[in-house]
Parts: sequence; C-alpha cells; structure tokens
Amino acid sequence: MQKTDINKYVDNEVRNIYDEAVINTTLDKKFGLTREIIEELSKEKEEPSWVLDIRLKALEQFYKMEDPDWGPDISYLNIDNIATYVKPVDNEVRRWEDVPEDIRSVFDKLGIPESEKKALAGSGAQFDSEIVYHNLTEDLKKQGVIYTSFDEGIRKYPELVKKYFTKAVPIYDHKYIALHYALFSGGSFVYIPKGAKLDRPLQSYFRLNAPGAGQFEHTLIIVDEGAELQFIEGCSAPGYNELNLHAGCVELFVEKNAYLRFSTIENWSKNMLNLNTKKCYVSEGGKIEWIMGSFGSKVSMLYPLSVLNGEGAKCDFLNISFAGKGQNLDTGIKVIHNAPRTSTVVNAKSISKDGGICTFRSNVHVKKKAKKAKLALSCESLMLDSISRSDTIPVNTIESDDVVFSHEAKIGKISEQAIYYLMTRGMSEEEAKSLIVRGFAEPIAKAFPVEYAVEMNRLIDLELEGTIG
Amino acid sequence: MDLLNINKLCTIAEDDHDKKILQGLDLVIKPGEIHVIMGPNGSGKSTLANTIFASPRYIVTGGSIKLCGEDITNLSTDQIAKKGVFMSFQTPEEIPGISLAQFLKTTKHSITGEKPNLYKFTTEVEKTMTELNMKYEYVNREFNVGFSGGEKKKNEILQMLLLNPKLAILDETDSGLDVDAIKIVSRGINMYKNDDNAVLIITHNTKILENLKVDRVHVLVDGKIVKSGDSSLAREIEDNGYSKYIK
Repeated sequence: MQKTDINKYVDNEVRNIYDEAVINTTLDKKFGLTREIIEELSKEKEEPSWVLDIRLKALEQFYKMEDPDWGPDISYLNIDNIATYVKPVDNEVRRWEDVPEDIRSVFDKLGIPESEKKALAGSGAQFDSEIVYHNLTEDLKKQGVIYTSFDEGIRKYPELVKKYFTKAVPIYDHKYIALHYALFSGGSFVYIPKGAKLDRPLQSYFRLNAPGAGQFEHTLIIVDEGAELQFIEGCSAPGYNELNLHAGCVELFVEKNAYLRFSTIENWSKNMLNLNTKKCYVSEGGKIEWIMGSFGSKVSMLYPLSVLNGEGAKCDFLNISFAGKGQNLDTGIKVIHNAPRTSTVVNAKSISKDGGICTFRSNVHVKKKAKKAKLALSCESLMLDSISRSDTIPVNTIESDDVVFSHEAKIGKISEQAIYYLMTRGMSEEEAKSLIVRGFAEPIAKAFPVEYAVEMNRLIDLELEGTIG
Repeated sequence: MDLLNINKLCTIAEDDHDKKILQGLDLVIKPGEIHVIMGPNGSGKSTLANTIFASPRYIVTGGSIKLCGEDITNLSTDQIAKKGVFMSFQTPEEIPGISLAQFLKTTKHSITGEKPNLYKFTTEVEKTMTELNMKYEYVNREFNVGFSGGEKKKNEILQMLLLNPKLAILDETDSGLDVDAIKIVSRGINMYKNDDNAVLIITHNTKILENLKVDRVHVLVDGKIVKSGDSSLAREIEDNGYSKYIK
C-alpha cells in the first residue's frame, strides 16, 4: 500500500494539528513518537505512576524490537501516523458526511439505524459508551459484576487491575504489543465474581468504535471461580478509523471451573492493519471458547493463545475468515497444554475471493506433564476463484507420549457444478455462491447470537455482491 | 403450440472445442406428452439435457431451443429455470450447512419470484414428502449431505413436484435405484403429469417406464436422433441393444 492511500483517511485537520505539534514540541522525527507524548497522554488520563511506568517501559521495548520476519509484509506501516493519533483526536467532532462513501453505504445496507451509524462512525457524542452502558451496569451490579471502560477500571479498581494487567500478555511479547502498552486507550474491564452466571452476553459494540478508542484498546476480563460469561467484542459494521493500525490487546483469565465464551466479529475498514493480541489463561476445569469472524482489514495478524494451566482445562476455537481483493488475513491459534487431561477443539474455516489470501497457522505445544491431553484440529478453506489463495500451516510440538491428536485440513475451490445445480433451481450465480458460502459458514454463524448471525450472513452477501461479471 | 421445439441443435465441449457432441438434433415435445431418450454411452443424452439448461460445459454452435414458442437458446441457466424448465440430476449436489427446508424455500422463492407462504408451503412439503416415502424429519438435515443415492433422487422428484415446471427433464433418475425406489419415482412422475406439462426421460432401462404412459421413444446416436417410435421401441432396444443403430 502506498503512503498516500493510508493518508486518504486521515482528516486534514488532524494532520494540521500534528504539524503544529511537530513545531511546538521537540519530537524525535525519526519515529514521531516520544516519551513526552506518552507522558502527556498519561497525564491527561490522570493515571497513577505505575501505569505510566508500564507505558514508558513499553515504548522503550517498541524501539528495541524488530518487525516479525514472517507472515504478511507490514513494512509500509508509517509510525508518524501513530503519533498523529495520540492527542488531537479528542477534540475532533466528525461529521457523518465526512465518513467515506463506501463505509456509509455498507452501514446503509446493513440496516443500522441512523443514530447508531453516527456512533459507529465515531461522531455523535450523545452515544458516548459510558451512557450506553450505564443501564447494563445497574442490572448487573447486584451480582457484583464489574463492567466498565478500561480507563475507569484503572481509576476505580486499581488493585484488581494491577493484579492481572500485563500478566497474560507481557509488554515484551512482540513489537506491536509494546506499542500497544505505550499507547493503550479505551477497551473494557470486566470482573465476574465467584459463581456469578450471566444469562446474556456482554457486548462491547460501541466502545471499539468510539472516536479514538478503537486503535489501542485494552480489554481485561476475569471470570472468577465457577462463574460464567459470554462476551462479544466489536461489531459487524466496519469501524471507521483515522489510523491504519489497530493494535489492541485482550487479556482473559478463566479461573477454576469457570466458563468464558469470547466472540469477535471484526469488520474493519479495508485500509486497516490489524495486529491484535489475545491471550487466555485457563485454570483447572475451566473452559474458554473463542469464536471469531474476520471480514475486514487489509492485513490481519491474529493468533489467540490459550494456556491450559489446570487439570481438565478446555479450549474450543471456532474461526471464520473472509478475504477479498487486496486482503491478507493471517490468523490462527496457539495453545499450550500445561496440565493433564486438557483438551482443545479447533474448527477453522476460511473463504477467499478476488485474489484474497487466507492463512491459518496453528501452533500447538503439549508439555510433558499434559498426560491424556486431547486435541482435534480441523481447517477447511473455500476459494471462490483461481486467483485467490489459502494456506494452512500447522506447527505441533508434543512432548507428552500420552496424547490423542488429530489434524485435518481441507482446501478446495467452490464447485462450479454446485453453482450450476443451484442455477437450475432458479438462483442467479451470485445467489448460488452466496448460498454455498453461507452453508460453509453456518457452523460458526450459529455459535453467535441470532442478530450477529443475521448480520454475518448479510456481510457474506455484501462481500459477494458485484463479484459476478 | 409445441412445448419444446429443438431445431438442428449442435454443440461442442467447452474444454475441447474440437469435440462435437450434438450434431443437428431435432426434437419436438407437445403439452401432455412423455418422451424417452435412449442411447449408448457417450451418444450425447446428458449433453442434450444440460444444453437445454445452458450448462457452461457446452457451447451451442448452431440451431435453436424454443420453449412454448419462446427462444431460450441464449438465456442463462437461472432464467431458463424461471421459464419453467426443471432437471433431475444424475448426481445431485450436496450443499453443506443449508437445510433441506431452507433450500426448498429458497428455490421456490427464486422460481416464483415471491416468498412462499410459510404455512401453506410447509404443509405442501410435508404432504409431498409423505407421498414419496421420505421422512419429514429430513427437512432439518443438511441438503443431500449423508443422503443415500435413493434419497437424493427422491429429493429431486420432491423439488420437481414443489416447483411444478412446464418441462421436467429426468436425467437417469432411475440409475442405481432399487425396484421400490423406481416405483416411487414413477409415482412421482404420475403425480406431476398433466395435460399442460411434459416430461423428457433419459434412461438406460425400461423399468421406470412400466408404470408410465410413454408417448414417444427416441434413439440418440452420435449426437443425432436416428430412430423414433412408440413405447414398443424401448422394449425392442432392451431386447436387442443399440448395435442396429450404430453405423
């Protein structure tokens, strides 16, 4: 991608403010991101010093570390634009009319109400996430549930946050997580107390899309002993962001016999570089379920890690990626089996069209003490034409000799004969492809709440629209 | 008016333009008739069925296909289906993740252009399935996934009855079926048949014809119809084979 393409989405005004900032401060021009900027950010947020310490240590790491030497090329990433983001966006009032036409039309086709569209696009201050979530909080307070923004979590529950923050994902994990810890802003903090069972999912629908909060949001969820939670992040509408980089972080802790289903439908705009990091620690008898639908972004590198740390801990992973023209979705899963009788089930699917690239990496590590571990991995890819690409790259390290392991990979092109068959039943070529793709995605779509499944099907239709002739 | 009028139809294979398949085929079917096409392997029987349906595997190099007087030679497959042509496939496709019920609703919607009334349509589906000895629970199963050969063929007949086309082409629907399943298929054809529509049966054996009132039998050799006759022609072929018609 050319630099000019990236800049296309950057508001002129924002850039002007940045230029002023360059003049007014002693910026390190080589990186465009300095200690002073971080200090200022932390001060504005009125953070305690231990948080600032993390930010500064992370910044140092960021400068020290190199880009990954594998996966999609991200060398075009312009760090100067990140500095642009840090401060000025707060004061921006963006108008709906300024949102790029392609994104607006997707909102329209998805049938999202006008008011929500505005909130999603990052304008409309009355839809501030705190207001939206207030009612939810009231309802859950009785059970002792904490659900708040991450910034507020630091302010109100410093001890709890301090205990878990950076413990699943350390700041030196990789270059872009270091960047994340230097700049994190927004995101959710969730604590589900012992034995509490939520009967409906918590959703971070708006939070990710609030202005300036989407890029480096930090989500920290603790599901305490015997508690149950379903959490849905993101939304199926494309996030409109000024920056081309998303480096969020998700830290999950599933305590003894607890259960967490963490679902993501991601549909970032197609100029986005999505370098998200997600990790989950699962204690004895606990279970994590990852459900992911990846539709948007230009490049994604996303490999949630589950550490099965206690006996009988379980990980279920369902993933679907849909890569269209110019998209390179590099996703996968990492699992560490660190205790006996732990189990993992992976069901990953990908769809690629118009030269889109889908790669699925699985990195499995079964430690010696993980006796009687069970792992079943299955990957299935569907290519809609002959210029698209799909790869499956498994890496398995198995140190225990008492393990049941299976890995199944199936890669195929969409069947011309099936399309023809459906056309003899009166469906157009587009409708036929859409039905086949929907069927392919069905096992994952049905794991989402119905309104998300419906939107996912709509997204599939949108992705396929206009691909014929 | 002729229900189907095929005039001097010539086709070549999409993947091999030198391969001539149909070479000046003529066929006229009137409303209310059942026609049978027989012929040795490779003579072009399935090509004929798929050319009527504008399959991308074949290219029409000459001649025309008219349905009720309208030229459909250059229409797309889905447009032809909407004009009232149906085909029962030799090997019906499986569509994983899509239930039979969802499939039937979608195809009915596509063909008629309007959403079927859910209660009425469901009732009709259940009734038709019962008549074809199909278990109604199958509506919740994925389309043709894990169905036996016989169940897949019955599913084709089910769609024919629900879509009620003007012309139904049955491409070797009887192949691989046991005696009981063949009887059910013929029963389905008789349920469908009336004075206004027509059936074109492509087959290798006469078992399926036993319970049907066949009007014409055609012998197809090297892409042309070389002999036509009444139902006695089918019996003659069963006894003596095609050798007489192959040059």
